Amino acid sequence: MQVIPVLIGITVITFFLLRLIPGDPALQILGQHYTKAGAIQVRHSLGLDRPLWQQYLLFLQHLLQGNLGESITFHQSTRSVIGERLPPTLFLVGYAAIIALVVSIPTGVISALRRGGIFDQTARVTTLVGFAMPSFWLGIILILIFSIHLQLFPVNGYGNTFTQHLDHLFLPSLTIALGFSTIIIRTLRSSTLAVLATDYVDTARIKGISRFAVLRRHVLRNAVVSVVVVFGINLAFLISGTVLIENVFGIPGVGSLLVDSVSTRDYPVVQGVTLVLAFLVVAINLVTDVVHASLDPRVVAE
Amino acid sequence: MNATMNPGALLLERFEARAGRRRGRVRRNATLIVGCSILGIVIVATLAAPLLTPYNPNTIDPLHPLAPPLTPGHPLGTDQFGRDIFARILYGGRIDLLIAFGATGVTLVAGTAIGLFSGYAGGWADSVIMRIVDLFFAFPFFVLVIAIVAMLGPSIFNMFVAIWLTSWISYARITRGHTVLAKGREYVLAAKALGYRHSRVMLRHILPNVVSFVLIFAMVDAVGNILLGAALGFLGLGAKPPSPEWGAMIADGQNYILSSWWLSTLPGVAIVIVGVGFSLIGDGLADLLRADD
Repeated sequence: MQVIPVLIGITVITFFLLRLIPGDPALQILGQHYTKAGAIQVRHSLGLDRPLWQQYLLFLQHLLQGNLGESITFHQSTRSVIGERLPPTLFLVGYAAIIALVVSIPTGVISALRRGGIFDQTARVTTLVGFAMPSFWLGIILILIFSIHLQLFPVNGYGNTFTQHLDHLFLPSLTIALGFSTIIIRTLRSSTLAVLATDYVDTARIKGISRFAVLRRHVLRNAVVSVVVVFGINLAFLISGTVLIENVFGIPGVGSLLVDSVSTRDYPVVQGVTLVLAFLVVAINLVTDVVHASLDPRVVAE
Repeated sequence: MNATMNPGALLLERFEARAGRRRGRVRRNATLIVGCSILGIVIVATLAAPLLTPYNPNTIDPLHPLAPPLTPGHPLGTDQFGRDIFARILYGGRIDLLIAFGATGVTLVAGTAIGLFSGYAGGWADSVIMRIVDLFFAFPFFVLVIAIVAMLGPSIFNMFVAIWLTSWISYARITRGHTVLAKGREYVLAAKALGYRHSRVMLRHILPNVVSFVLIFAMVDAVGNILLGAALGFLGLGAKPPSPEWGAMIADGQNYILSSWWLSTLPGVAIVIVGVGFSLIGDGLADLLRADD
């Protein structure tokens, strides 16, 4: 992926988002408080009184200065509103990613090694059902079981210290991770099966290398590479899941900010969150590309 | 087979033999059969809802609120307004299935057409279209859909618009990839050498060979669209109460989760059943395709 064109493209799409508002955006934003003077001021502050290309260049110029406009409901800069809400979201994404890897790597590899066995069959049915399961629904059920009946975890919120974060965000992260795992497990199982069928695994076995060593050096190494690739491809899925689950567990991240801003018609914040999350996907994708290249020398050669 | 048979008839016979084998495989493909049965039963049940339940999904019955499942007359219980849950799930299924078919169908046709054109035409048109596709892929899909719905105003129709605007890209990418591969194959070169028009080569020769890949993805996409529609209903950005849309029902029942678990859990089970149906059809089609090669 060429980063610069994609970044520019992201700015073009988010710029045009505001243009989708039907009718007069000033009327939509002001609602009952509509006055002629107010409308002119809103149009001016959104730059809607200028030609389109000028508006875009202005948007880009502001963006480079880190200016995402003014939030309508919070009466402060969109950047600081989003900045405050970003840490819980990042924590949640990282936490969910770690749980997903811990769950799916052993499951995927064991399923492939014991192909057709009871474990494999169970994992197949579980991933099939898990893939079709709405994550927000799973979240509600986990709250019902673990927070309300067993009282093991807090029902919602984010907490104040690092250990409190770990405690508060465990169930939401698990919810996101279980949905994400279904994708990783399926891909990992088939890629591990492909590795097990290769000549070099046969050669290693014939040379008399122990089963465990073959597993570690050849099978697992390739499995990890495929996990990194799947992770990169489905990253957007992970971020999407986070946005939804924040709303189920009442976590003060950008996802709940996004949904709240839709109902309060805070268009600059909606635009800003969309932009920030798209940039986040590009950034984490870059990291997975680098990790992929460091694990698989063939990628660099290409 | 005798020697006087003309080549055309011979070809036809071979084709029929192949089709026959394929029918045999369909019959033996348990995954596909189970998937189609699940989906078929759900579709028939939602269409025949008035025959299966005497209740209207939105009729309030203040005398019987929060009746648990297996109450006489209310097999799945009632909600806080005494509305019959079974009736609501059946009628709500119409909305969720409409989302699955409406959203998936339109993007499937549009995306496939764009991908077919892009891959077949090549050159600058292909580059431009594929850059646009790359761009949309950078966005977290769900976030982009929420943003578009936010700008247009939350409603079911605007949710469709948001999905139509963003979801064709996957189909375009898949179709384009397989079209580029097919373009170099002998049968396409032969069709071109025979002087067939581009439209005929694309629609009669390339499309039939790429469509199965597209259909397999469409089943995964349909699951995604059902989950998306339910998620937007849950967030209050799609179907709105009192609509019996499944996601909206789950959100609606969340306040009663402590005392009446069935309000939120049962519509979720309905979503899982439909999703598993689509997934099984997708897996079955993939098995069929692998067996063909």
